Amino acid sequence: MSLPADYMIYPKRGEGYDHELYEWSSIHTRKPVRWPGDRSVAVWLCVSLEWFPITPQDKPFRAPGHMVTPYPDYRHYTVRDYGNRVGVWRMLDAFRAAGVTASFATNAAVAQRYPELIAAVLADGHEIIAHSTDMNGTITSDLPEADERALIADSLAALAKAGAKPAGWLSIARSQSWRTLDLLKDHGLTYCCDWVNDELPYRFTNGLINLPLNTELSDRMIVATQQHSAAGWAQMMRDAYDWLEAEAEQQKSARVLPIHLTPYIMGLPYRIGALEELLGQLTGRKSSWWARGDDIVRIWKEQQ
Amino acid sequence: MQEGAKDPGLYDYHPYRGRPRIAWPDGKACAVWVAPNLEYYEIDPPTNPQRKPWGKPHPDVVGYSYRDHSNRVSHWRMAEVMSKYGFPGSVSLSVALCDHHPEVVRDGVERGWEFFSHGIYNTRYSYGMDERQERAMIEDSIETVQRATGQRIRGWLAPALTHTPRTLDLLAEYDFTYTCDLYHDDQVQEVKVASGSLASIPYSLEVNDHYGFNVYGMSGREYADALIKQYERLADEGERTGSGTVMCIPLHAYLIGQPHRIGPFEEALRHIAADGRAWKARAGEIVDCWREQA
Repeated sequence: MSLPADYMIYPKRGEGYDHELYEWSSIHTRKPVRWPGDRSVAVWLCVSLEWFPITPQDKPFRAPGHMVTPYPDYRHYTVRDYGNRVGVWRMLDAFRAAGVTASFATNAAVAQRYPELIAAVLADGHEIIAHSTDMNGTITSDLPEADERALIADSLAALAKAGAKPAGWLSIARSQSWRTLDLLKDHGLTYCCDWVNDELPYRFTNGLINLPLNTELSDRMIVATQQHSAAGWAQMMRDAYDWLEAEAEQQKSARVLPIHLTPYIMGLPYRIGALEELLGQLTGRKSSWWARGDDIVRIWKEQQ
Repeated sequence: MQEGAKDPGLYDYHPYRGRPRIAWPDGKACAVWVAPNLEYYEIDPPTNPQRKPWGKPHPDVVGYSYRDHSNRVSHWRMAEVMSKYGFPGSVSLSVALCDHHPEVVRDGVERGWEFFSHGIYNTRYSYGMDERQERAMIEDSIETVQRATGQRIRGWLAPALTHTPRTLDLLAEYDFTYTCDLYHDDQVQEVKVASGSLASIPYSLEVNDHYGFNVYGMSGREYADALIKQYERLADEGERTGSGTVMCIPLHAYLIGQPHRIGPFEEALRHIAADGRAWKARAGEIVDCWREQA
């Protein structure tokens, strides 16, 4: 048995990427970026507001955090919903106390079901990023184009009804199809947060901007998957901040620290204190600029 | 190897107690080599019947862009801290990276790093290749790296650790010096091949950053601590027995070069460099030094 002959042929082997979605560039040799007030590290808090139907769908795939047991999975349905009822309100208080604003990547279903929550998010000056319909609204190239268009349009329509006009998009599990970048552009969005290959915004070939939301720095990865304590998570955020601050100083170009939060994870009574303490420490750093995703994208765009 | 046999016949049993003396240069106790994996993963590769390249329909955005972080951001972070403490790299290279991002390969060349092959792409697996196809992959590797770096490659780490029963024999036939694919020892060992000779240099899965972070779920600080403990023990043993040990630090920039991990990693390198018992070497030098004494 041997492999088909085309397994040894490499049609895209040449300078640059094996696709035309964006161009290569090294962060270390790009034109420097500066944040307002010459602060060197933009701290970008991004909270995911998710609603998991108790009837999960596996097409295109089952979202991380979705139901686990046979139906009806009261356990995971209610644990996830705890985030929207309790955890996120602790976070809103923590942000208010620290005097910072954040981005909230929001399922349309959260806006439809919990308008009080959206009103509170907007009233405190936070940003709403579109985050699909609900946690069954996953995207891959297996999703028919008409369904993907409807998913994006429905998500934006529900958020608009709740008073939000998002500039940004986060896919569930950051999973896209070959079409997603163009469809997001068609629907008037400015940026997405799905591609984790960089630490500054960059532009796709079609004009859409990517604001990378690092998976490694998420509470889902660190606390839920790798099972570190909230204190361990906070230590990692401080280590990341220290490194980025020093690198920005050395390279004379600003950096972004994305802190991706999940209300049902970091909003628990025994964990929220670590977040509050971290906010206190990092707001005390003279180099920190607390920015929403759309702020970072706007300031970056002005300098290109 | 003995294809189909219960024991593949890769090497002889050779107990750790009572090993012959191996002297590293300047009386060092432990040869430490750093192996950055400089890789290219294709966004839309063909599927090998025995292994799917990505977990999701293409494009697997997180899978692809996670690894692309190396070639846009984290390679230079990793390389700078290595250079700062005097550790040269011995690069496990997806050789097509020479074509896609020559800037990254050039950076390694300028730092005096050694290159060996990690296949054409880390999304093209050896499983199921016939002999002609496997020879084509090996010859492509030799030619591509020669052209891009001026180096004749001497080592091999199979693409995504995928092998055929004839890989090791072919490597010896093509005058390779070492393989990084066998994990049976903490010292350089002879591999049984059909003709010529081939050495196995200890690479490592256990202190590979991929295992540290994505299998064991360590923090950057825990991983740095594991590296220090691994080093201290191997240096103690090499010092005590006079039979030099080998420690490899296998890395992927997209993992070790994340902002929350690179600072603790720098501390581990600082510690090992300051200890004084480490021979900071390239893979080829370690195998040569062992071969002279074997």
